Amino acid sequence: MIHEFKKVWKPYTLGLLWVLGLLWPLLGIHPDGTLSFERTLIVWLYLLVVSFVCLILYLMNKSGHLELMKNPLSAAWSKGAVAAKVPPVWGWFLVGLMLAMLFPLFTGRYHQDVAINVLIYVCLGLGLNVVVGLAGMLDLGYIAFYGVGAYTYALFNIHYGIPFWVCLPVSGALALVVACIVGYPTLRMRGDYLAIVTLGFGEIIRIILNNWMTLTNGPNGIMGINRPGIFFPSFADGFSWEHLWLKKLWLLYYVALGLAVVTILCVHRLNFSRVGRAWESIREDETAAELMGVNTFIYKLLAYAMGGMFAGFAGAFFAARMKFVSPESFTFLESAMVLCMVVLGGMGSIPGIILGAAALIVLPELFREFELYRMLAFGSVMVLMMLFRPEGLLPAKRLGTRSEEREG
Amino acid sequence: MDYFIQQLINGITLGGIYALIALGYTMVYGVIQLINFAHGEFFAAGGYVGVILLSYFAGRGLMETHPWICLGMSFMLTMGYCAFLAMGVEKVAYLPLRNQSRLAALLSALGVSIFLSNALMLTQGVFDKPYPGELFNGGWEFGLVTISYLQVMIVTMTIVLLVSLNILVFKTKMGMAMRATAQDKTMSALVAIGSNRIISLTFAIGAGLAAAAGIMVGLYYGSVRYDMGFVPGIKAFSAAVLGGIGNITGAMLGGLIIGMVEIFGAGYISGQYKDVFAFIILIAVLYFKPTGIMGVNVDDTRV
Repeated sequence: MIHEFKKVWKPYTLGLLWVLGLLWPLLGIHPDGTLSFERTLIVWLYLLVVSFVCLILYLMNKSGHLELMKNPLSAAWSKGAVAAKVPPVWGWFLVGLMLAMLFPLFTGRYHQDVAINVLIYVCLGLGLNVVVGLAGMLDLGYIAFYGVGAYTYALFNIHYGIPFWVCLPVSGALALVVACIVGYPTLRMRGDYLAIVTLGFGEIIRIILNNWMTLTNGPNGIMGINRPGIFFPSFADGFSWEHLWLKKLWLLYYVALGLAVVTILCVHRLNFSRVGRAWESIREDETAAELMGVNTFIYKLLAYAMGGMFAGFAGAFFAARMKFVSPESFTFLESAMVLCMVVLGGMGSIPGIILGAAALIVLPELFREFELYRMLAFGSVMVLMMLFRPEGLLPAKRLGTRSEEREG
Repeated sequence: MDYFIQQLINGITLGGIYALIALGYTMVYGVIQLINFAHGEFFAAGGYVGVILLSYFAGRGLMETHPWICLGMSFMLTMGYCAFLAMGVEKVAYLPLRNQSRLAALLSALGVSIFLSNALMLTQGVFDKPYPGELFNGGWEFGLVTISYLQVMIVTMTIVLLVSLNILVFKTKMGMAMRATAQDKTMSALVAIGSNRIISLTFAIGAGLAAAAGIMVGLYYGSVRYDMGFVPGIKAFSAAVLGGIGNITGAMLGGLIIGMVEIFGAGYISGQYKDVFAFIILIAVLYFKPTGIMGVNVDDTRV
């Protein structure tokens, strides 16, 4: 361990001095012409302590001092993984679904509220997963389709009073159409160009929502959107259908759950279909995929449109739940957050993305007092994941073996 | 006509600023083929450090006695600060990913960008931070057209920076090493050019230029904000793509064009949609001529 430390202390110290040098001008120079060092040093000492603990843990792990603790844990983990494989995947899915169904019975409003948020982000994350995880196109304007879905429902409901269940498919379809319109010119590009162009399109859609006063009421947003309603059999006098607004939060929770389940099933089926394989081949090597006869442009457009559609569904539900939409909900940071979920959970992995969405919604709720540092943490999580575990927390299982793995 | 000339002057000012930011994108892309998402944040950090230093000098009363020295010092220190920041960011977040997939580097850059803008927010507050305002009031008036001293200062400064960059890249040994690394990393390593050092240097120069642009924007619009790097960042990227990414002269030209288009679009079409024009140009260029306007002779002027 001492040996290991000797190797890293130099860059470590340099890094800390670098941070100090960057922090001091921001915290220590005051507009009244005075200099101070106290605040900088306090912040820096916090960083020093935290980073030193991390460094020690990292070194202990590397030199094998943590084996005592790690061995039983990893043994239990692998045992658990073997045990988890005994029942089929759908069995676990059903167990999870049962637990999710029972969830509102034991919890209060606040927990249900958080759970609905998680479910919305699960839908969004899975939609983005089709684009980023399966087809390998980095889409940074994804939240725009969410916005299109939300505004579609909001406008139809406000102006024509069309109910939620009719608007839900319409929202999805419209988001799909917009995704096709956006995707048609952009998807000929590859990789990083695509990322920045989708970012541009996302911003354009947000700016339009913000400035088209007559249609969207601009930055003030649209208020008074109706909740979804259902027809419920009533036996008060004879038999009739009674119309009920879903005002209770736990009823909305079930709607969100239904939406999430449908999305999960769709993405799962797509993933293991011919289309999914075509997407994966495009992700791995676009030129080779094209040579193998995959119509890459059509499949990329399909992935983009599918992602947009799922976002549109989620958007319609979001509008119905909040009863209010404004362009502020559809900024780039939201896109980045959804992307962070996908990256954290593991690109292409459905359980991973559910875990990612749950982690990124629930953890900030648990650490409410650190609310300010939320986006800071997201940014660093993204960098750290890329540095240390680029495949995500629950990496996607790949079908078959890859040529490079066989050679290695 | 007066209106047109006034818009032309404003467009040149803004275009020069965009050109300075675009150079950072284009140089980094030329060397390691990475879109440095954090570049907009270097620009914002420049704006903030600039306002901190200028307010400090103003608070000490030095601004009245030696305004030019203070301004020069602020520019130098800020550019140094951002260069220092960029070199560290490159070491931490990009260097370990150099041989990974491009998606990994891109996501890492995005993470750095989010991290930096929020670090700025946490240390400097959510609200706009005003620049000490009494610096460059006034200007020359020709009929209805006004050229403010500030605009003259910005344009002069931009020209000085661009010329020195050109000298650095095309006339010095270091610039030659940079161009060699951009063309072929393995080959340049064989002739004893340390590619990691050159890449660090490229980041530092790009961030320094962005920092200068940050102070200029702060002076021009009077205040800075923690998220001010985002939209100019994309516009400058559009400029870099328009000029042909990886091409220094192209980035300068592209910046000017984007600045002009934005100002004229805002003046003659719609002020509300001024941010949209740059994106439309970006998409149109990528669709019709992905190499950009100067992207033909990639081998010669690429960095």
